[in-house]
Amino acid sequence: MTTATPDLAKAGVLRRGLSLSPELFTGLAGTLGLAVLATAGRVAIPVAIQQGIDKGLRAPGGPDVGVLTVIVSITAGVLFLTMLSAALMNVRLFTVSETALAGIRTRTFRHIHDLSMLHQQSERRGALVSRVTGDVDQISQFLQFGGLIFLISLGQLIVTTAVMFFYSWQLTLVVIVAFAPLVFVVRHFQRRLSVLYLDVRESIGAMLGAIAESVVGAPVVRAYGVQHRTAERLDTAIDRSRRAQFRAQTNNVISMSFGEFAAGLALGSVIVIGTLLGVDGQLSIGQLTAFLFLATLFVQPVQVATEVLNEAQNAIAGWRRVLDIIETSPDVADPGAAGRDLPEGAVDVRFDHVHFAYPDGPEVLTDVDLTVTARTRVAVVGETGSGKTTFAKLLTRLMDPTTGGVLLSGVPLTEVRFDSLRSRVVMVPQDGFLFDASVADNVRFARPDLSDVDLELAFTELGLIDWVDGLSDGLQTQVGERGEALSVGERQLVALARAYVADPDLLVLDEATSAVDPATEVRLQRTLDAVTRGRTTIAIAHRLSTAQSADEVIVVDKGHVVQRGPHADLVTDPDSIYGRLYASWLEQTR
Amino acid sequence: MTSGKVLLKGLWVLGRAVRDEPHMFAISVAGSVVFSLLTIATAFVSGWVVGEIALPAIDERHVTFGTLLLGGVAILAVSIGKIIGIFGRRLGAGAMQFRLQARYRQAVTRRYLRLPLEWHQRHATGTLLSNANADVESAWYPIAPFPMAVGTVVMLVAAIASLFATDWALALVGVAIFPTLLGVNVAYSRRMAPRVARSQQLRAEVSAVAHESFDGALVVKTMGREAAETERFAARTVELRDATIQVGRVRAVFDPVLDALPSIGTLAVLVVGGLRFRQGAVEVAEVVSVAFLFTVLAFPVRAIGWVLAELPRSVVGWERIRHVLDAEGDMAYGSTTLPEVHKPAALRFDDVHFAYTDADGEPGGDVLSGVTFEVPAGRTVALVGSTGSGKSTVAGLAARLVDPHTGVVRLDGVDARDLTQEALVGTVALVAQVPFVFDDTVRGNVTLDRRTAAGHPVDDEAAWSALRLAQADGFVGQLGEGLDTKVGERGTSLSGGQRQRLTIARALAGAPRLLVLDDATSAVDPRVEAAILAALRRDEDRQASILVVAYRRATIALADEVVYLERGRVAARGTHADLLATVPGYADLVTAYEKAEAEKEREHVFDDEESVTA
Repeated sequence: MTTATPDLAKAGVLRRGLSLSPELFTGLAGTLGLAVLATAGRVAIPVAIQQGIDKGLRAPGGPDVGVLTVIVSITAGVLFLTMLSAALMNVRLFTVSETALAGIRTRTFRHIHDLSMLHQQSERRGALVSRVTGDVDQISQFLQFGGLIFLISLGQLIVTTAVMFFYSWQLTLVVIVAFAPLVFVVRHFQRRLSVLYLDVRESIGAMLGAIAESVVGAPVVRAYGVQHRTAERLDTAIDRSRRAQFRAQTNNVISMSFGEFAAGLALGSVIVIGTLLGVDGQLSIGQLTAFLFLATLFVQPVQVATEVLNEAQNAIAGWRRVLDIIETSPDVADPGAAGRDLPEGAVDVRFDHVHFAYPDGPEVLTDVDLTVTARTRVAVVGETGSGKTTFAKLLTRLMDPTTGGVLLSGVPLTEVRFDSLRSRVVMVPQDGFLFDASVADNVRFARPDLSDVDLELAFTELGLIDWVDGLSDGLQTQVGERGEALSVGERQLVALARAYVADPDLLVLDEATSAVDPATEVRLQRTLDAVTRGRTTIAIAHRLSTAQSADEVIVVDKGHVVQRGPHADLVTDPDSIYGRLYASWLEQTR
Repeated sequence: MTSGKVLLKGLWVLGRAVRDEPHMFAISVAGSVVFSLLTIATAFVSGWVVGEIALPAIDERHVTFGTLLLGGVAILAVSIGKIIGIFGRRLGAGAMQFRLQARYRQAVTRRYLRLPLEWHQRHATGTLLSNANADVESAWYPIAPFPMAVGTVVMLVAAIASLFATDWALALVGVAIFPTLLGVNVAYSRRMAPRVARSQQLRAEVSAVAHESFDGALVVKTMGREAAETERFAARTVELRDATIQVGRVRAVFDPVLDALPSIGTLAVLVVGGLRFRQGAVEVAEVVSVAFLFTVLAFPVRAIGWVLAELPRSVVGWERIRHVLDAEGDMAYGSTTLPEVHKPAALRFDDVHFAYTDADGEPGGDVLSGVTFEVPAGRTVALVGSTGSGKSTVAGLAARLVDPHTGVVRLDGVDARDLTQEALVGTVALVAQVPFVFDDTVRGNVTLDRRTAAGHPVDDEAAWSALRLAQADGFVGQLGEGLDTKVGERGTSLSGGQRQRLTIARALAGAPRLLVLDDATSAVDPRVEAAILAALRRDEDRQASILVVAYRRATIALADEVVYLERGRVAARGTHADLLATVPGYADLVTAYEKAEAEKEREHVFDDEESVTA
């Protein structure tokens, strides 16, 4: 948003936001019709008063209660209709807006999952969650409270102005002149408030981050006794958000008080000028009184609308954040219908002069050019930071190369439909994230149709059934939030079983057993070797035992592939990178 | 809770707010009362100007300009008075609301910092986050309209009084309408309460699903489960939508009724006023004033409804806050200090039993049963065991992250529970298996603004020396701003290995006398690990005892003794060579790689022979 055209930018946000939810426009004509009826009722009272005073109280032959009763009865009927249409309008508005917002929530949620891994990680997780919760709630608040009130106020303003004109065009002008300067004042404060509310959102975001850190990092805080330091950081963040909110509030109140002043000015002027007009014979006392009531009806919506506009800044900010996500096209996109399926059968891999650098980062992989034949088991080894994990991420299309291409069975990865890719190529990441559910449900995440018997069979095949039986509740054991009721190694076992039942043609293991004990790892390795025959396996290896049993080893060093071949061949040169890695491995295992 | 009780409890919560922020409350209520009284004054001043100035003027076709101006100025003056009232009310209410939010956010997070980790483990992260955020917000939500509601009550009393002063018959209209308004408001809030509570609950569930799903985004992506996850989320979203529409329906019916009631009052005033005027009991001006009064009161009376409508939500929020503030089982620290600050510390486990409790506070099966072993001062002990045997739990107990259920953990012979916090954290440093990095600079992450047990502040020099030892100086030096580089939320700008080395440096920077490494060097080169351990044994000013959870033979080889855990019990203790010779389970575990390799060799030979015969 440029500072020169904030209003245009805001209008753009509103327009884009509305076009995002076509549901909002269902039955809009009907709702607007009801809104007109609902507001029309509001001028019934001033008209009744004018009629009541002029034709009832001050009837030529003394007060006429009969006429008064007729006037009041008719007005009561109108009021009843008003109530009815207001209720109907409310129901329609709530239903339509909530339905539309549920749609936005779900679409935004899906879109966040469709964004690339890099993009997801560049956002604070809390911030992503608030896109589908708080930000959407803000829009909902605005549409239902603000939007509704704004709609009624606008209607009220128009109808009131029309009736005022009917009674006296001179006094109507007086009222309008009293309120005209308000337009400029409101615009000024609107600009100011949009900046202030942005600051409010940011400070709240930072505060939530600080709170999350103190909760998630509680063990570290405890272990190092830094409660005091953490508390200070929290206080600073909490205080900043309090001050930001109060600043916005103050400006809001100042802006509102101008409305109140304009109201006083309008009423005072109407009395003075209205009486003069009355003296001149142009206005009856009933009309003057009605005009006072009408002026109040004119004042209210203006004041309310001012406040709603101020709050709208907040809603627009929420809308903007949702739009920012929705309108970000995923940089690693599913080719969708235009894409292709991977050819049947085992998968071969080709890296065609692949370079990769993180945004604004140095190159992590340089000119990686290699082929992995189908049905082979390959281990990728290298020191921490050599780029071997990047290799895995490019292979599974979590990221795309900066230059060069990755091809699976001859098909460029960018052309493979995600449906096909994700069912045939499965990666087990190092961090075996589990959902807060049972062990069984976590494994079923990959294959929802598996029965308990199938699951037990899978664990048996992996040689892990003893471990399952040792759990307090077997397969039904709840793993807790992020799997934290299990140890890190146990989480990896579940993640591995999950990938195993997915039955992929290309299995990518990214240090998938780094926290598992050696005996279990060796057992797993053996099982995996047996079951992965006939498919391609690429293991980013943390322990060289994996490399020893692989058909081929690829050695990565500082982003370059420096060696490749079977373990037996590579170890023959003790001065090579692999030779040194192996020597160090022997050193630590013997 | 019945809705009546909720109402009472809600009023009590409001009372709590007044006790916490009496000054802001006083300012806002004063402002609100000024505003309210002047609102009534608007009606009477308008009525007076119409009746006393405009009416005779129009009837007589003559007016003194001065008198007229006086009328106009009187109305403007009332407006300016109202502005002052608005400032007091709104700013006071805002300050009160935001201060209460801040106060209770601080109180809740302070409590988090003091409650034992066992308590943390029993509660979902999402719940703890919303206790400090959303629940605090809803608890003080009614504070914004609260002063206005109090002012309105004053206004209603004043309005009825002024009505009686005007005319008893007109007053009866007010007596009929105002209580009806209040009654409808109360009925409204009672209807709303359960529906709002349900939508609030669902909103939390929607948020929890989103949080978990985004947390596991990588798994969702690699398994291609985006559509299924979206379905799971959409199901909750639809429930929330329906619940919110239910809330909306109640509002849709009550709002127009509340809007119409004052208008009905105005109409009644016209009829009654007509009768009384015919009887000569009232003047036109008085009828106008009273009719106007109903119009200006219509809006402020709604404030009472707002407060009442928000009370149930406020009560729910308040009770969740109380749950945290009242949670028992502070991790109390003792008063004993350890005299020695330079020499390595001794650690001893005496018959320690431990079980994790589940979310309902029920203890699960024993994770550790009767664990006894020691790390003598200056020695290195390796803790070895298969996956899930309880090693991390032992590490947590050694650093007193949790306390044993029975048995004792001793540091230099003193029960760890008797130590002061300073003594404890100055003595032990734990490096966890999964590195946790703060959203702070490298310096902040390493020094944590601590002092060492010997009382020296952990300065840049100590930080660099620790980074060097953890072999993290290289990558830190290459970061844009060195120690001042911000590492991002959870250290996202660093690789796994870098984060791990950073947390090792953090432990070393505090010059601990006992270092507990929970498989913390998995991403670190074995030579680096050996260098770290060697330095801790050798360097005069760094000497420390070490408890290391390890699988690597190299690491184990550095240990003076090995404690071998099997399913939460110490199955064997001794030197590596002894255990290797006498404990088959241990031998299987640590020689797994060699055996695998040997088998592989045999297969190769077999394969070769086969190819020869073929």
